[in-house]
Amino acid sequence: MTATSLFDKVWDHHVVVPETADTPAVLYIDLHLVHEITTPQAFGVLRDRGLPVHSTERTIATMDHATPTRPVRSLKDLQTLSTAAAAEQIVAMEKNCAEFGVKLYGFDSDNRGIVHVIGPELGATQPGKTIVCGDSHTSTHGAFGALAFGIGTTEVGHVLATQCLLQRRPRTLAIDVEGSLPAGVTSKDIILAIIGKIGVNGGTGHVIEYRGSAIRSLSMEARMTICNMSIEAGARAGMVAPDDVTYDYLAGRPLAPKGADWDKAVKRWRQLVTDDGANYDRQVSVSIDELKPMVTFGTNPGMVVGIDEAVPSDSDPGFQKALNYMQVEAGKPLLGKPVNVVFIGSCTNSRLSDLQAAADILKGHRVADGVKLLVVPGSQKVKAEAEALGIDTVIEAAGGEWRESGCSMCLGMNGDTVAPGKLSVSTSNRNFEGRQGTGARTILASPLTAAASAIRGCVADPRTTLH
Amino acid sequence: MEPITTITSQTTVLPLDDVDTDQIIPARFLVSTGRENLAEAAFADWRYDADGKPKRDFVLNRPESKGASILVTGNNFGCGSSREHAPWALLDYGFRAVISTDFADIFRNNALKNGLVPVIVDEAVHRWLLDNPGAEVTINLEQAELVLPDDRKVSFPIDGFARYCLVNGIDQLGFLLQQSDAISEYEQTRAWPV
Ligand code: SF4
Repeated sequence: MTATSLFDKVWDHHVVVPETADTPAVLYIDLHLVHEITTPQAFGVLRDRGLPVHSTERTIATMDHATPTRPVRSLKDLQTLSTAAAAEQIVAMEKNCAEFGVKLYGFDSDNRGIVHVIGPELGATQPGKTIVCGDSHTSTHGAFGALAFGIGTTEVGHVLATQCLLQRRPRTLAIDVEGSLPAGVTSKDIILAIIGKIGVNGGTGHVIEYRGSAIRSLSMEARMTICNMSIEAGARAGMVAPDDVTYDYLAGRPLAPKGADWDKAVKRWRQLVTDDGANYDRQVSVSIDELKPMVTFGTNPGMVVGIDEAVPSDSDPGFQKALNYMQVEAGKPLLGKPVNVVFIGSCTNSRLSDLQAAADILKGHRVADGVKLLVVPGSQKVKAEAEALGIDTVIEAAGGEWRESGCSMCLGMNGDTVAPGKLSVSTSNRNFEGRQGTGARTILASPLTAAASAIRGCVADPRTTLH
Repeated sequence: MEPITTITSQTTVLPLDDVDTDQIIPARFLVSTGRENLAEAAFADWRYDADGKPKRDFVLNRPESKGASILVTGNNFGCGSSREHAPWALLDYGFRAVISTDFADIFRNNALKNGLVPVIVDEAVHRWLLDNPGAEVTINLEQAELVLPDDRKVSFPIDGFARYCLVNGIDQLGFLLQQSDAISEYEQTRAWPV
């Protein structure tokens, strides 16, 4: 038998019709996650053609992108807190889910939240599944050994109507991460360093498998942070082979298998490892023993340096444009640069361990004068768990704001934005021009670096701020 | 969908690498529930100043860009989010094709599904196009060829199935729906139920 990789195994199990020179493969999708932004036109196509949703039990909906981070208890709340267009889109989502029989975790649900936070939290995300969503950060779910990738709205329609997609087999890239994390350095810094190394198109056309001792020693939440940003390296998917860490995380979750089914599932999942000698199209190695907290200095996630390292110089006009936009000087480190806003949240870093890490730094301190700190849990469940631990109290005592869950300032669609020209340190995943609001400038960093920067009022090194 | 066989137009050149989908259409425009009326949103933050006035130095606002339906850009166009609003906005603006050395995967897929032709060229041809804004070129989709003003024909890679669908105006959902027997069989007999 030929040696196959984790990706090969998951892919091969889901081929309904094999690809040929003339036609792509028909690939079966086990779990389809939907949110309000990328679905109205897809439901519209179903309606126009008189088609039902093929498999409502494989479809889960939530609302996260345009939702307010103030409590919404009624339609009136929604209309007051949102723009008319955003409210209309959210109402359309409720209507579409009701009409097509799709389970919606809406404002009345304790399980509402960012789609990539609730999938794992509910136990819907499982090893060996194919998972798609009209959202590029679907790569997050690959942390469980699933093949998970983002699709466009037309393809959302395809999956709603047929539970399948037309796909060409992607190439594979193995990234071996070895070593152990120094204090004050996190999985966010690992993935930022990887993107810096392979570039924002380094993974284009590939599915990444993250392997090695460093990955094995990470928690599920830390693995999700890494897989989440695979798309920032151009890869549609990132995967980690499941192990006991994965099973411990999933055991007992509401949608995870129970009893004898659980035992059977774990037995199957244990087969989802890459065989010795399996081939990848490319391989890259990274050592993290000397890794520093990483910060971005430009307008894409590949423009990244160690926090105390000088910003590089480059004569490329695009590079110059990015430095001008960011108001950053080549040859100097970002350390000490005054900041206006600190955002802790997004599907990259809004889980309980992220908020706990930030709270550990903030405890007993005050946010620096003139700095706005916004902390937005990834889901209502994360919010409740954090509140049970008193994390909200620590953040509010420090002068930060504690909100309802959602995407919030990650993309600034719901009114939570960074004002033009202001500089934000953010735990999200994209530092594109205007991503957090028109004219906003964004530095991507870990929750530790973000919390340290909030206290100091400037880009600060968490290694020297830790208690 | 309308069949697409050839596109002939002057080029508009936006010589930047890694143009992301937040630039192609900023997030605040994603609250629409349709695919239309997105022309104004295309490159909105680069096209308009804070008062909503067109920025004179942005290439789409220059008189010579008027009517051009082929956009030439730097490497790795369309990186970032999966928003299909990006090709919708470019199409609504009037573009029919984008030429680059390389596209982000999801953007390229989305473009192909909507009849915005992504054309991948090598460095040398790319250099020539960047250096000659406004050149009149033809994209022959049936032959998968880009025809330069000196009649030089450069073939470009494009998935055969996607091209077949575009040239014949075939919608891929129709094709998938025809596979329903295979899909039911898979659902009933799959070796590894999840
Ligand atoms: S948190 Fe940000 S990156 Fe994640 S799904 Fe929401 S908008 Fe997208």
